Amino acid sequence: MSDQDKDRSMLLQKEMLAEHYRRLEAAPETREPVVYTFVPGNLTELIRSFGALPVLPEINALQSAMRGKSQGYIAAAEKGGHSEDVCSYVKCDIGMARAGNVGPTGTRLPKPDLLLLSYTGCYTFMKWFELLREEYRCPTVFLQVPYEGDGSQTPAMRAYVARQIRETLIPALEKATGRRYDEDRLKESLARSRAAEDDLVAVLQSARKTPSPIDAYFGAVYYVGPIFSAFRGTEEGLAYYRALREEVEQRAARAEGPATPAGRLDAQKYRLVVEGPPNWTHFREFWRMFAEEGAVVVASTYSKVGGTYDLGFRHDPADPLGTLADYCSGCYTNRSLPARVEMLERYCREYSADGFLVHSVKSCNSFSAGQLTMLREVERRTGLPGAFIESDLVDARYFSAANLKNRLESYFQMLEARRTGAAVPA
Amino acid sequence: MTEPSPRAAVVDWAAQIAEDLDFAAARAHLAENPGRKAAGYLPVYAPREIVRAAGMLPVGVHGGGDRLEIIRGDAFYQSYICHLPRSVIELAQSGRLDFLSAVLFPATCDVIRNLSGTWQLVSPEVYVRYLDLPQGGASELAAEFWKEELGVLAADLGRIAGRAVTGDSLREAIAAYNAVRSLIRELYRVRRETPWRVPSEELYLLLRAGETVPLEAFVERARAYLAAVEADAGRVRDKARVVVVGAFCEPPPIGLIKTVERAGCSIVDDDFLLGNRMIDGDVPLDGDPLGALARAFVGRAVRNSTLYEADPEGKRRLIGERVAAARADGVIFASASFCDPALLDRPMLRAGAEAACIPCIAFQFAENTGQFQQFREQAGTFADAIKLWGGE
Repeated sequence: MSDQDKDRSMLLQKEMLAEHYRRLEAAPETREPVVYTFVPGNLTELIRSFGALPVLPEINALQSAMRGKSQGYIAAAEKGGHSEDVCSYVKCDIGMARAGNVGPTGTRLPKPDLLLLSYTGCYTFMKWFELLREEYRCPTVFLQVPYEGDGSQTPAMRAYVARQIRETLIPALEKATGRRYDEDRLKESLARSRAAEDDLVAVLQSARKTPSPIDAYFGAVYYVGPIFSAFRGTEEGLAYYRALREEVEQRAARAEGPATPAGRLDAQKYRLVVEGPPNWTHFREFWRMFAEEGAVVVASTYSKVGGTYDLGFRHDPADPLGTLADYCSGCYTNRSLPARVEMLERYCREYSADGFLVHSVKSCNSFSAGQLTMLREVERRTGLPGAFIESDLVDARYFSAANLKNRLESYFQMLEARRTGAAVPA
Repeated sequence: MTEPSPRAAVVDWAAQIAEDLDFAAARAHLAENPGRKAAGYLPVYAPREIVRAAGMLPVGVHGGGDRLEIIRGDAFYQSYICHLPRSVIELAQSGRLDFLSAVLFPATCDVIRNLSGTWQLVSPEVYVRYLDLPQGGASELAAEFWKEELGVLAADLGRIAGRAVTGDSLREAIAAYNAVRSLIRELYRVRRETPWRVPSEELYLLLRAGETVPLEAFVERARAYLAAVEADAGRVRDKARVVVVGAFCEPPPIGLIKTVERAGCSIVDDDFLLGNRMIDGDVPLDGDPLGALARAFVGRAVRNSTLYEADPEGKRRLIGERVAAARADGVIFASASFCDPALLDRPMLRAGAEAACIPCIAFQFAENTGQFQQFREQAGTFADAIKLWGGE
């Protein structure tokens, strides 16, 4: 896709990211502090309130994969003793660090002044930062976000997280950045987050329309990029989401579909709900397999890993630490499997889906373990046909294009047959 | 027919219980009194004191090993997920766990965590609780949170059992498990000092059986075993002394443990069935028992791959410390395939071991591994290298 074919919001995001990576590269000279943290449970507003720049290792890993660099990094990590069995994000990041820490855009990433381990919804995060601590020999601060095993956050969980932020994280950030905690600054940032979240939700929920003006899986990974990474609570983030919402609303008014690798998808034959992260090594090829068949994704769970705003959560400037605790707790992978099933069921109904598809990735047990049960449960509750396909996040060895295409084509034929009442092909 | 020796009697008893996929011993205990109930728990650590204080039988659910044919379990898990959850699901779906009124899922990894959700979906009639063990090191805040969580668990189990957990019942349970911990420490000490007298296969079976039967039955057999061991000096064998690291959740097949020891190694420390030794030392009996149990875990949980290591140098030092404490010659990193905690930790632990010039080898297994030739060759070569060249 050339720049000419891209939406204005995509160009805006590209500029924002490029500028962010330029600032990161210059950080050793400008002395802007750098804090590494993860997407789920990221405390971007808090980090930036200390004048620090966030680095999200998962974003670097997926960007490296989209640029064809992940395989070399993974090979380097495995040569260094990392098992083939474990998360490829981790190995990609370790490999990148050992290759000079040149980020996906070609600029060098600075070493962290602090590793902020927000332990939210993923066991591997804990090991990942233990490993990075060995690479960078820098301070690490730990935030435990209790898992919503019973389906919701309890007052005790909320208080535990908020107190950790106040008693552990804020002192660690003060020490790493040399700045005092400024609650007013944090509140201003949270107010901007809230406004941007309204716009993001409007964008995601536009997929209820027919045709959908967005693709809520492949397209949504671009839409959630700024709010899941370095830009939540920033002026740039706010402007981006205003522009994105306008763009999507205009597209909806014209009854146009989203731009895809196969061209604009106005003629949408199948509306799908998707569970699981995408593959990043063959992202556009994977997307094309859907778009060429006229399949548009109308809702996805992956676009909620960095926050479940469409379920009603908004950052609340009136309760800055409590709202950060709420935010962390509600991220998708911190939710129990029954809660995830309820979300999927709701998506299938509210977005008038024709089918439901699980893309299971080898790397991520937080997503993958239990997906087969979820598939059966969603099928049972909705009566919609489900499909199950597999690959990986950033390890190209597990992406079998022919196999995936075959399975998807069969699935679309089945949807078509159900629609027309014809016999389902064997 | 001659009577088995006291030691053989204990080992036979343990083997029969440990290898029984129908949990007949636990069922028999429940059948003695129709009001009795049982609570299962997954690896690695669960606060069994609270289960006992509610009058319930704690039952370790450690999978089906190499004795269980997986028929339904594979429909629940993809090939790239470890074997344990599929055999646990197989046990559940085949009705073998239908005597459990509750199942507890500790924060061991995302697979165990998500298995709690699978259980909620497929067995909604069973009480399921995810135990979010505090991470991040010892702090009063973590202890407060954990105490609150334990309080919820105690109230819930009390309701299920029809017998409220009281301060007294919890103190009794803590004292009882202090005795168990003390016995297990003694078993490990004897093996460490005279490994030829305590084959690891026997120790493993005894501990595994102990997680299925009432605590008193385990204590009686463990004491009998220790007495029998003390009475028999055994024949000293000069094998390579090794620490086995990484098999704390999905258990290795017994055949693998035997193979390692028959190939010239004596296991002098391990992390098999780690929950038994997760709290280092006794839990204080004075004061608030729930608070004491919470603080014991937060402050004195043994360092292992399922917990966050707050000390930046801790991972590097851990193997050296364990090898020194066990007076071991080397380390075998034995991890279940696709085990995130063990495999993600391994590069850090191994780097520390190698920096300390500790010989080490690594392999992966599954609970149903049936072929041991490669392990025999690897462990045998390792033992020879240690004996001949000091591991170089």
